[in-house]
Amino acid sequence: MSNKTDITVEEHLEIQHHVKTYINVFVALIVLTFITVAVSYLEVSFIEAFFLAVMIASVKGSLVLGFFMHLITEKQAIIWILVSTLIAFMILMFLPLVSMIDHTNTW
Amino acid sequence: MSSIPYILEERPDTGLNNSRLGIWIFIASEIMLFGGLFSAYVFLRFAAPEGDFDYWGSKLNVPMATFNTLMLITSSVTMIMSWASLRMKQFDKYKMYLGLTILCGLGFLVVKYIEYTSKFHHGIFPSSSTFMGIYFTLTGLHVLHILGGLLVLIYFWSPVGKRMYDEDPNLLANRIEVTGLYWHFVDLVWIFLFPILYLL
Repeated sequence: MSNKTDITVEEHLEIQHHVKTYINVFVALIVLTFITVAVSYLEVSFIEAFFLAVMIASVKGSLVLGFFMHLITEKQAIIWILVSTLIAFMILMFLPLVSMIDHTNTW
Repeated sequence: MSSIPYILEERPDTGLNNSRLGIWIFIASEIMLFGGLFSAYVFLRFAAPEGDFDYWGSKLNVPMATFNTLMLITSSVTMIMSWASLRMKQFDKYKMYLGLTILCGLGFLVVKYIEYTSKFHHGIFPSSSTFMGIYFTLTGLHVLHILGGLLVLIYFWSPVGKRMYDEDPNLLANRIEVTGLYWHFVDLVWIFLFPILYLL
């Protein structure tokens, strides 16, 4: 039992370093949330507002994925699973656009 | 020690333990589940009459949703702090942070309940408009994910967690890491839902 609950000083320092990063990411996410709300009051077209909102959400999402979900240090196998999922996701997102172009001149 | 192989130790072929690989494959399937609905949202939005989504979207409560966003972000950081505490073999801190995560999750549900009931009191239902249909579908599915996550979090916060920790602290840390990955994903989905439904 004793060796299971032991932790080296180096490990402890390393985790504490990570904890500081988590706090910084937390602060960044809070600030970006308020920026998201502030940007929504700008007088811009829907397309501009859409890309602004998605861009800020993507930055926030990248912070969560990269630091909280440790994707920046993750193994290749997981990166490839996510890359293939992202390709399939983008196909899903572009399907409605194909329909739009086919039927109207919305874009 | 767990009797199931490759829960803690890494498989030589993937370089990962099965718990982590398994949860990432699950998350990939979840991305496609929500992706289909996001795609439906885009389709419905562009097919709707001019101003229809703006009109119904203006009926949503932005301050409440902003508060809920902050609540989920806070729960994500307390979740990872509980895992970090376990890695530092600080069980009391782990329990405190996991408890805070559960409270934030419950807080999110309470705010969502107030939002939903206020809509119902004003005669607004999923059948009221296309926007409300996709709004209730997307947020309802997200709420179900929060509920599922909370059940797992409460399970590990209960005496089961302490028993597992006494048996093998690394096993509990592994379980919390995997649960955390799911919880962060649920936060990630909300990060996109919030601006798309409430602010656009």
